[in-house]
Amino acid sequence: MSLSYLTPEFKVLRDYDKCINCKVCMRQCSFEVHSYDEHLDKMISNDMNCVNCQRCVVLCPTQALTIIKHPQTFKEHANWTYDAIRDIYRQAETGGVLLSSMGNDRPYPVYWDKMVINASQVTNPSIDPLREPMELRVYIGRKPDKIEIDENLNVKTKMPPQLKLETPIMFSAMSYGSISYNAHAALARAAEELGILYNTGEGGLHKDFRKYGKNTIVQVASGRFGVDREYLNTAAAIEIKIGQGAKPGIGGHLPGEKVSEDISATRMIPPGSDAISPAPHHDIYSIEDLAQLIYALKEATNYQKPVGVKIAAVNNVAAIASGIAKAGADYIAIDGFRGGTGAAPKRIRDNVGIPIEFAIAAVDARLRSEGIRHTISLVAAGSIRNSADIVKAIALGADAVYIGTAALIALGCHMCQKCYTGKCNWGIATQDPNLVKRLNPEIGYKRLVNLVQAWSHEIKEMLGGMGINDIESLKGNRLMLRGIGMTQKELDILGILAAGE
Amino acid sequence: MLKEGYVRIPSGCAISGIIDRTGRLFSGQSIADSIATMHDRSNGLGGGFAAYGIYPDFKDYFAFHMFYDDLIAKQETENILKANYIVALEEKIPTRKTAHIKNAPLIYRYFAIPRPEKLKLSELDENEFTIKFVFNINSNIPGAYVFSSGKNMGVFKAVGYPEDVANFYKLESYKGYMWLAHGRFPTNTPGWWGGAHPFNLLNISVVHNGELSSYDTNRKYLEEFGYICTLQTDTEVAAYIFDLLLRRHGLPIELACKVVASPLWKQVERMSPKEKILYTNLKIIYGRALLNGPFSMIIAYEDGFVAINDRIKLRPLTAAKKGDMIYVASEESAIRQVCKNPESVWIPRGGEPVIAELIRDNEKEMYSTKEVTA
Repeated sequence: MSLSYLTPEFKVLRDYDKCINCKVCMRQCSFEVHSYDEHLDKMISNDMNCVNCQRCVVLCPTQALTIIKHPQTFKEHANWTYDAIRDIYRQAETGGVLLSSMGNDRPYPVYWDKMVINASQVTNPSIDPLREPMELRVYIGRKPDKIEIDENLNVKTKMPPQLKLETPIMFSAMSYGSISYNAHAALARAAEELGILYNTGEGGLHKDFRKYGKNTIVQVASGRFGVDREYLNTAAAIEIKIGQGAKPGIGGHLPGEKVSEDISATRMIPPGSDAISPAPHHDIYSIEDLAQLIYALKEATNYQKPVGVKIAAVNNVAAIASGIAKAGADYIAIDGFRGGTGAAPKRIRDNVGIPIEFAIAAVDARLRSEGIRHTISLVAAGSIRNSADIVKAIALGADAVYIGTAALIALGCHMCQKCYTGKCNWGIATQDPNLVKRLNPEIGYKRLVNLVQAWSHEIKEMLGGMGINDIESLKGNRLMLRGIGMTQKELDILGILAAGE
Repeated sequence: MLKEGYVRIPSGCAISGIIDRTGRLFSGQSIADSIATMHDRSNGLGGGFAAYGIYPDFKDYFAFHMFYDDLIAKQETENILKANYIVALEEKIPTRKTAHIKNAPLIYRYFAIPRPEKLKLSELDENEFTIKFVFNINSNIPGAYVFSSGKNMGVFKAVGYPEDVANFYKLESYKGYMWLAHGRFPTNTPGWWGGAHPFNLLNISVVHNGELSSYDTNRKYLEEFGYICTLQTDTEVAAYIFDLLLRRHGLPIELACKVVASPLWKQVERMSPKEKILYTNLKIIYGRALLNGPFSMIIAYEDGFVAINDRIKLRPLTAAKKGDMIYVASEESAIRQVCKNPESVWIPRGGEPVIAELIRDNEKEMYSTKEVTA
């Protein structure tokens, strides 16, 4: 079966008037698109291999390269689309599950873009954050109903442990394995500088990054990679990973060839062995099992660390979240169906789960109806693309958000969606030492800091526009949102009015 | 056009408050004169007063002030009231016909105490029992509204300018030791009597100049504790937040003020270790109770009142003292109208409460000592 019916997805256009045969493109492309033809004395390209990561385009010193969508196409058909036909060719050739990376790229409605934000005029003055204080600090963790103090104003309430965030943004879980050492180094350092947290994902905590412990959330996933007492106690918080937005109900698999010595040490598994995270936790088959794990982790950390639970946004997410709250979790992270991933079965990624906008609104409403919303924190994840998405997520009921894909884009990711190949030309989703070196953590962390600071400035401006000077007053403040182009049912679930109402 | 209560109406306003800290009773004419000075801060679509100490003969009874749209609403309400309370006196609230107050609903008051057997059956204290009664009437009986439910106090409000409202209710004939007043400037309202200030729950009454941009956050937070916000009005949530903090959670008034107008994080960072723990925890636990947006507000409670601004002072508030009298108002003119030579006049800073409580034995004065020459 050597014959392939696949045609190139992209076409590399080279301006030979500009090309100087410097071979940078050849050296930069891990997918081996470019080569030098000595006979012709010119660079040539193999379009078939191009994934449109644009590394060559960006680094070409003479800007000689352009990559376009390949003009070759199939006969137009509204049902049997280009992608549908290509996928059949791929599966007919390989007999395998189609893999893809990053988030769901199907054209589902983006509900963030169907919501608009309020601004004050006259009766309630807007606040200028350049002149007036604007507070973005949030605390993630379980909150008591009330404060208790004695007659001398000493606090008697025993406060559960809290995560302090200087801005309501955290870096999503991305494991060492799915992304590189240098990517983790950049995320950890940026989190420290920003006063926020990054998340190790399920791949363990590299010994070099233990110094960032107070800015680290460690995951306990079904694979239990790297989990020991030191791992738990080094971190600021522990997150039990039940589900992931890109692949709800699906486990994880890091192929053995990616399990280098360093990753093996971090994950505490033999080098070269497949790292399989089963779909369920081997010890969690019910909500009461989850409660036992939550308290086992709290015991192991002497009740000093918040324990959160991350789930994918699915149909009955509100009831599940209610159960998690009652099982003793300190926060719930909900990952929408556009959440990114290093590798997921494409059909799962593109068809399973629900948008984070609905999930957050439904969970917030459910927890409120039970009178427990104020006792637990809610983190929204799954394709937060800009500061306006964050404002909308918080107005729908989140306390903070996780950003994953956006952080990777800040590091240089060009969304070629080929993370699963391990050949990331940007040094992000790869373990190839030569590729990893391409991501300079010094530059990377500054870019992350810039991104989060820029978004924080924008959040302050939007808050000020609403006449709010503390992010706390935006939480669940759905009166600040209006919907455009939605059905009444959609508006009702989101709990917002239509524009003009 | 939707009736207010079904739609949220932003508004500006005027406020005024007077207390005699010795508990001496004085006529409602003073507060009426004070608020009338700020006529232009109202637009005739709402005025109201809260008077404390006016019902000494019934001081142990809840004084329910009610608006009814019709006799059916009255009958339904009274059926529930009398099934749950022993009513010592029921009467029309005395009013006088004036040219400026129109379309008055049926206005009644009842002095009542919960029936012991009902109270026992409910397993609630009389305050919680009464809150449930108030929410039940306001939510479930169309055309009926409990607008005052405290003891030895009452709220009087209407659609009109505040001086006309005072005249309508004959406030000059009442004597109280503490008075609040409000003139309302809603931007767009069909004029609803229940939408006028003060807003009251049990002994807490609030008058408010401003608009809360945190309203929806506050409302949802309160609903988790069983409060039902039926009026879509900012001030309603302020009344309930103070009830939650003072009565249910037992916070001293100073700390309740530090919840609704919390110190900034950078101020907290500069505090002593003990204070830092207290204020950090207050902000963490009660972040959703922060009142955001512009406000100057007077909150009356059993022991006195507190006047407070939002923490960046987006609305006016002036305070003055003369002997045992404390005055607060949106404008200094409203104070000088009824207090010719105050000993001191000051403008409290954003978030700095002016607390004026009844003087008890060996109690030091608790109101703000920070004075700024006006």
